[in-house]
Amino acid sequence: MANLNDEQQKHQADDTAVSEEIVTPTKIAWRRLKKNKLAILGIIILILLAFGAVFAPYLTPYEWNETNVLNTNAEPDSEHILGTDSMGRDTLTRVLYGGRVSLTVGLVATGMIILIGTLAGGVAGYYGGTIDNIIMRIADVFISMPFLPLAITMVAIFGASIYNIMLVIGILGWPSLARLVRGEILSLKEQEFMEAARALGIKDRNQIFRHLLPNTMAPIIVNGTLAIASAILLEAMLSFLGMGVNPPTPTWGNMLNAAQSMYVLQHRWWLWVPPGIAIFVAVMSLNLVGDALRDALDPRLKE
Amino acid sequence: MGKFILRRLLLQFPILLLGVSILLFAIFQMAPGDPMAQFISQPGMTVEQVERMAEARGLDRGPIQQYFDWLTSLLQGDLGMSFELRIPVADAISYRLFPTFLLAFSSLILSLVVAIPAGIVSATKQYSKIDYTLTSFAFFGISIPNFFFGLIMMFLIALKLGWLPISGMTTAGVDYTPFWQAIDILRHLILPMIVLGLSSTATFMRYTRSSMLEVIRQDYIRTARAKGLKERVVIYKHALRNAMIPIITLMGFQLPILFSGAVITEQVFGWPGMGTLMLDAVYARDYPLLMGINMFLAFLVILGNLLADLAYAFVDPRIRYD
Repeated sequence: MANLNDEQQKHQADDTAVSEEIVTPTKIAWRRLKKNKLAILGIIILILLAFGAVFAPYLTPYEWNETNVLNTNAEPDSEHILGTDSMGRDTLTRVLYGGRVSLTVGLVATGMIILIGTLAGGVAGYYGGTIDNIIMRIADVFISMPFLPLAITMVAIFGASIYNIMLVIGILGWPSLARLVRGEILSLKEQEFMEAARALGIKDRNQIFRHLLPNTMAPIIVNGTLAIASAILLEAMLSFLGMGVNPPTPTWGNMLNAAQSMYVLQHRWWLWVPPGIAIFVAVMSLNLVGDALRDALDPRLKE
Repeated sequence: MGKFILRRLLLQFPILLLGVSILLFAIFQMAPGDPMAQFISQPGMTVEQVERMAEARGLDRGPIQQYFDWLTSLLQGDLGMSFELRIPVADAISYRLFPTFLLAFSSLILSLVVAIPAGIVSATKQYSKIDYTLTSFAFFGISIPNFFFGLIMMFLIALKLGWLPISGMTTAGVDYTPFWQAIDILRHLILPMIVLGLSSTATFMRYTRSSMLEVIRQDYIRTARAKGLKERVVIYKHALRNAMIPIITLMGFQLPILFSGAVITEQVFGWPGMGTLMLDAVYARDYPLLMGINMFLAFLVILGNLLADLAYAFVDPRIRYD
């Protein structure tokens, strides 16, 4: 017995000597991601936007709702880098604070999408049969409705507020993720490690949460990243239409609402171009990172 | 094949429509406020009169009974009366049908005409400068919010350069001959068409490129080249046909996106279609109209997906449906 233990220890020592570093899948993915310069650019931009949103009070001398009747509609100058609006509020300050709402909506709504989508897709894929049929037909119904008109309708009925917007995006966004997770689970279910799990008599709950779902993480991460981008876009659209977060709380979308006035559009570019660029840059960065993650997490691609 | 079409038409299509109608009805049941409130506040109305009116509209019955009442009239083509416009919802929609269809389909055609050749060039010249330019453009098109792009285009092309009209579908107060009227509508159409078509163009371009890249690696393409066919014939006859198959499905998926995008594009450009009608209904809390528009749009999308599915079955003989 003692001999055997010694031998095992020797083996282990040999193993560690041969492979100096344990390369986990996460490390492989991170290495691949680092090589993608555009993705790194996207990550840096996102960090900057988040930094600007979180530390907005320290980055600007103005309050987000600080009006100044003596300095309305000012063109950009050294005091107000991006000018002021019709109430004398500083545009740059509002863009920074607006990021708080947009990014929060994006993250929370995506959290909901992932929660509902993974659960629904996981249960449908694992149990199959009638449960699968019911869940997927419900998903089909959601998918066959044009997204924006339905979101507008729901916000119109439930009332426009930041919470309702997150809720609506979550409720409408889960089906495509559920389809994806279901597909993954269906193919994983047939693999040997799951046969082993079943043979060992592991509980359904543990089979789903500890064996199946961790293996679907890669597509969920990729789609989650892209879902944040669409949630930000949707919040912006709704707020632009006056169906979103209510003023005076600034969001990138409701700041663009000012440009519905022809006069502002033509003569006061500093009111609508900066929030528009903020949305564009945030969405683009998320898309870049999402695309790069898709490649980085694809196990079929070898280095 | 016949069985597949039949199953789709008779089973899946009605079930989806039924599901959509239940979902919409449930959402609208949650609407706050009494639908009769506008009558109660009218002077000279007695409580009995209001109750009788509610009864006539079936509002005194339970929600499930109300749903079936609504569904029965829906099946007879009756979408109810618009609160605000005081005309049948079906009429209100039909007046706005042409502008929205004109906008959505011209955008779809524009995006296909631009995206497919661009995707082919991108794929056949992979990793060249032109490929990088086109893929960057596609990325830009996917990321920019279409209303922001619309505002920029309106600002630059219509306001600064004055090349095209700013908004609307026709020039007000001018009496044109039919020919010039068509030209006038076309001039108004150009900007919203480009704005609405941008993201579809980008999506189609990306799909065409990746689909083409996949196809030109296949053995039958090598065979076509090996037997000495011209490169043009190999690409446009042998490769393109196969690469287009997934694009047909994508067209089905782009339909809801186009109608969604049309809502906001119409609002930006004051285009008198279903999108602006819908937003007016939202602002006026005109629930029957809102519900009718949602139902109609869902019907269009389900129909579009069905057609895409059928087209897919026809063009791809490898697919069997049983």
